[in-house]
Amino acid sequence: MPQLRVCALYPDLMNIYADRGNLLVLERRCAWRGIDFRLQGASLGEEIDPEAHDLFYIGGGQDRDQELCAQDMLETKRDALAAAADAGKVVFGVCGGYQLLGHAYELGDREIPGLGLVDLRTVREEGPRLIGNVAIEVDLGDGVQVLAGFENHAGRTLLGSTAQPLGRVLHGHGNTGSSGFEGVRRDNVIGTYLHGPLLPKNIWFADWLIRTAARLGSLSQLDDRLEADAHVLARRVAGM
Amino acid sequence: MRARPALARTVGALSRRAGRGGTSLPGKLLLRMAPDAIGRLSARLPQGAAAISATNGKTTTAAMVSSILEPTGTRLIYNRAGANMAGGVATALLDARGRGDLGLFEVDEFWLGGVVDQLRPRALLLANLFRDQLDRYGELETIADRWQDVVDSPSTAQTRLVLNADDPLVADLGRARDDVLYFGVQDTSLALPGLQHAADSTHCRRCGQPYVYDAVLLGHLGHYHCPTGDATRPQPAVFADAVQLNGVRDAAFTLTTPAGTRRVTVPLPGLYNVYNALAAAALATALGASLEQIAAGLATVAPAFGRAETVHMGQRPMTLLLIKNPAGANEVLRTLLLEEGEIDLFAVLNDNIADGRDVSWVWDADFELLAERLARVTCSGTRAAELAVRMKYAGVPAERIVVVPELEAGLDAALAGATGPLYALPTYTAMLALRDLLSRRGVARSSWA
Repeated sequence: MPQLRVCALYPDLMNIYADRGNLLVLERRCAWRGIDFRLQGASLGEEIDPEAHDLFYIGGGQDRDQELCAQDMLETKRDALAAAADAGKVVFGVCGGYQLLGHAYELGDREIPGLGLVDLRTVREEGPRLIGNVAIEVDLGDGVQVLAGFENHAGRTLLGSTAQPLGRVLHGHGNTGSSGFEGVRRDNVIGTYLHGPLLPKNIWFADWLIRTAARLGSLSQLDDRLEADAHVLARRVAGM
Repeated sequence: MRARPALARTVGALSRRAGRGGTSLPGKLLLRMAPDAIGRLSARLPQGAAAISATNGKTTTAAMVSSILEPTGTRLIYNRAGANMAGGVATALLDARGRGDLGLFEVDEFWLGGVVDQLRPRALLLANLFRDQLDRYGELETIADRWQDVVDSPSTAQTRLVLNADDPLVADLGRARDDVLYFGVQDTSLALPGLQHAADSTHCRRCGQPYVYDAVLLGHLGHYHCPTGDATRPQPAVFADAVQLNGVRDAAFTLTTPAGTRRVTVPLPGLYNVYNALAAAALATALGASLEQIAAGLATVAPAFGRAETVHMGQRPMTLLLIKNPAGANEVLRTLLLEEGEIDLFAVLNDNIADGRDVSWVWDADFELLAERLARVTCSGTRAAELAVRMKYAGVPAERIVVVPELEAGLDAALAGATGPLYALPTYTAMLALRDLLSRRGVARSSWA
């Protein structure tokens, strides 16, 4: 029986934008297809085994909680996550979780070190929080597709010279509000500011994550009429 | 001294223009001309003012306090639901034209400081803080920090603080003061098995350790302590025991205040309304009401529009239950579970500014609780399709989910498909639109506010 083993990092702290919706979508779609879905949480102080999971999920959190997690990650999880990323496992960070994937992020006038899995850093700039519906264009190898969601971040994420964005902004702000790019992708390490949660309204991406993490060639078709309508709506409210 | 007659003339002109309308525009205009108008008008109130803030329950709690105080002959000045920023408060003071005894104002949690600085209330009720509209308000911690500034400010030095002992984030605001009136639920028989997904502020604001909960009662409300010992739940002086919830109809409990103990039945459902009633009882106590007045007022409170109000659509009863954030929605869902049999739902999700543009929160609300009990759910509103997906992943079979985005068509579809009573769960602007729709159809009470 095929299997998808998900490790949710800090599900008690990094869950501010209903991140459990993303996990629930993975769980249900696996169950409907007879894929054995396992979910394990890893919170403060808990070490993780890179071999024991196929997908690592990091959601968003309040500033104070994100800082607690950043520190804990360096102490107890960084090496395992780096090994997982090198082994081609999926590491998926959303919002605050995305910022933690980089070298560092700024909080007030302090710089908080991150995992350094991808070449980026997040800074603060004068100007408003970047808030609103957003749509981006991505190509994960199956042709150009659209991700639509909601973004709400004060940080501006600057990609380093070796980092590739996840996609191009069609509507909304993206990484900095001006770069035209959104998110980051290094093989199967993916970071994005799109929450909402992201997967229910972009069901093709949920299936891409399942397929990639579980290393399945293809997935059986499901009745996705409601999901298709939700995707169209999410694109429309993002201005498409 | 010269400003005084000028203000009086302005007030006179604006209040004539304000008439009986429910807008906060006259107050906004007044504040533009006289930024200190709230302070000057409220200073003339013979019994001063009281302010209420919370994420959930402001309107209902204010209605309860009003139901307690008005029969005593106290002439209250209060702002209309929704008009709860400075402009709304100023408008209420204008409308009163100097004829009130006591100001009773619900104040938006984000803008509390500015209003309180002017109002200098006799009593300030801070009832709860839940995750709500992150795109508008920012993080919960931000609101808590702003509230801490309010509590520490000289303008509340003489104010009696009324705080929820069961909300750690709120209770903590009173640590440095010795005259806080705390309220809480003592009865732990309704405790949840653990913290819900949407639970917030579960970590000690002082040391960052997760609170240990001996009982979780509602969201993150409950009986808690910090394992390092630097924060524990204060002992409430106003509290509820022996809570009994009767479906969507009412809630009964034994109320204790410093004046004694009474059995009270509130004609509003759910544990969340027990908390609202305790908040109202505590604030009324701080304002000098007797236990008899409190018990009588709570027993006769009428629901604010959309808060557990039942209307009749032809032969079919429809109960309106406002949902606007995960904690509030979860309490509504928990309350619905107390009903017998299968449930027909009309759920309306809008994403207008007053609802929050970000609809993520529906994934934090535990629709799973109801999934197996739903005969049918009709999803409507500007984000109907996304609500339908939420219902599907909550476990509602797809064939029981109907999507009709347009409100009126959605309502008719829901009514046509219902076999028993219909339960309408609208978000804020959907609730206002539904009110207009029901009013056009002649089923709305004219006094709804």
